Amino acid sequence: MTATELTIAGVTLTAGARHLVRDVSLTARPGETIGLVGPNGSGKSSLLRTVYRVLRPAAGQVRVDGGDAWSLPVRRLARTVAAVVQDPAADFDLAVREVVAMGRTPHKRLLAGDTPEDAEIIDSALLAVDAVHLADHPFDRLSGGERQRVLIARALAQRPTLLVLDEPTNHLDIRHQLSVLDALRRLPATVLLALHDLNLAAYYCDRLYVLHDGEITASGPPAEVLTPRLLAEVYGVAADVTVHPRTGAPQVTFFPGEPRI
Amino acid sequence: MTQATTGAPAERTTARRRRTTAPGTGRTRLAVTLLVLTALLAVSATAGLAIGSVRVPPAQVWGIVTHALGADWREPDWSRARETIVVDVRAPRVLLGAVTGAGLAVIGTALQALVRNPLAEPYLLGVSSGASLGAVSVIVFGVTLFGPLSLPAAAFAGALGALLLVYATARTGGRITSSRLVLSGVAIAAVLTALLDLLLLTTDRGNEARAVLAWTLGGLGGTDWGTVWLPATALLLGAGALMAQARNLNLLLAGEEAATTMGLDVARFRARLFVLLSLVTGVLVAAAGPIGFVGLMMPHIVRLFVGGDHRRVLPTAALGGAVFLVWADIAARTVAAPTEIPVGVLTALCGGPFFLWLMRRDARRGTEGGVA
Repeated sequence: MTATELTIAGVTLTAGARHLVRDVSLTARPGETIGLVGPNGSGKSSLLRTVYRVLRPAAGQVRVDGGDAWSLPVRRLARTVAAVVQDPAADFDLAVREVVAMGRTPHKRLLAGDTPEDAEIIDSALLAVDAVHLADHPFDRLSGGERQRVLIARALAQRPTLLVLDEPTNHLDIRHQLSVLDALRRLPATVLLALHDLNLAAYYCDRLYVLHDGEITASGPPAEVLTPRLLAEVYGVAADVTVHPRTGAPQVTFFPGEPRI
Repeated sequence: MTQATTGAPAERTTARRRRTTAPGTGRTRLAVTLLVLTALLAVSATAGLAIGSVRVPPAQVWGIVTHALGADWREPDWSRARETIVVDVRAPRVLLGAVTGAGLAVIGTALQALVRNPLAEPYLLGVSSGASLGAVSVIVFGVTLFGPLSLPAAAFAGALGALLLVYATARTGGRITSSRLVLSGVAIAAVLTALLDLLLLTTDRGNEARAVLAWTLGGLGGTDWGTVWLPATALLLGAGALMAQARNLNLLLAGEEAATTMGLDVARFRARLFVLLSLVTGVLVAAAGPIGFVGLMMPHIVRLFVGGDHRRVLPTAALGGAVFLVWADIAARTVAAPTEIPVGVLTALCGGPFFLWLMRRDARRGTEGGVA
């Protein structure tokens, strides 16, 4: 498994007269973990949707290894790019293993059965998210956090070289937030993820892009991006940023009151 | 997180865990299920050929059938009349019953994936009513544009129209909720049925109308070999096409966005499914009338045995539907003999309560399965 280079070049997205995303450019070099942060409604999910081909940009281009993601057949793109999206599950008695097996679909021909190799890929995907013990459980009976881990396993089973995740740590308890992000970090693939938790973003991401009202307001290594001034501007909150004594990553601490900048 | 769940759901989880097993054992289980159902279908078909106003012993049924197929397994010891009853009267009827049951079960399965809702079924969603209206219009107005194919062609057009209408009205913000789906289905079925009644009551062709009326209740009476080949072909092609797309049907369960990320062109796939399902529904309704609830019950019953993967559900549901409808038809022609009950009345008698149970089960699950 290799890694893919992602280039978002001048992408604009509109919904009616409203701009969801305006002239956004972003690069993820092969193997990098890139975090997308910003307040609710800043356009994170919309931007991610242009990468996994649900929202077509009104202007600009999404390039995957140099090729336009929107001119590839959907199936071809799905062999390179996998995503974890926020979508409610339907109630159809699927076992966890069957849900994860869906991830193999873009690699399979019509009527081809699951091979031992597929089974191995599915097993290792379940292992990566600490869900082996859930394999035979009905998916629709899992807790929110367990479901989220299974959906990540499904994306891993796709064997992507670029993985796009929209709030993958939602619904997860702190132990599983850390273990899931650890697993993503270990992947050789390029990872682009939207995150709410700035401290997790600071620790796990190589670089951050900050979205505010559909535009990129800052980008770079976490230590350069996460400053009290930026947090005041973008989130409108007061915060201290220190260096975490153990990890060396920037550590954001919020406190009540108006930001004084 | 699992520890947080209380006693009752936990028990349920262990109960259900037994049903969904590892792939190796699952394969054996699927094979066994298919084998049992095939044997059951053979028994059912034999019963369908044997039971009626003239009872034919099963051994003789097999003798007649093999004789008709050109292999003389035993010395003919039956009258010509019996041979006619088994081969020309009962056989096409049993075959049409099996084909229709299998077809409806397969359509129900695919329709449930298409709308991502376990309450979907061609009859409940008004798709069968649309097909009936199309077919009846052809009879009442005497349209013969496509020759003998006029009836199924009109039924197809009616089915497609109704399906698109229900889909468009039930869908809001890219999602279809159960209540909206069922309500739009009921409303559209009511309007289409009213139009159908209007047509039947205002037409001059009284005799034809009465013949049609019996047929709109769903029935397999009066089937001959001439009416069986088209539904049988439609079933084979339709079920084959759906089997080939079984993985993609699974993807639909994951939701539109997720399905796209796994390589499915959802809009195109959905459009093709609309046409395919309407086509098979139209042909089946043109031949057997609108028979309800088979498409609702079969997928659910077989999911209890083989899980939710469409590669398993489709063939199992097809066999189950065939067995079910062959028996329903046997009941239809024997319980009130010599009067024949439309088989659609009997399937509704079983299916209605099933639907209510399903609705209540889903409501219970909705509260239990709350996201942590």
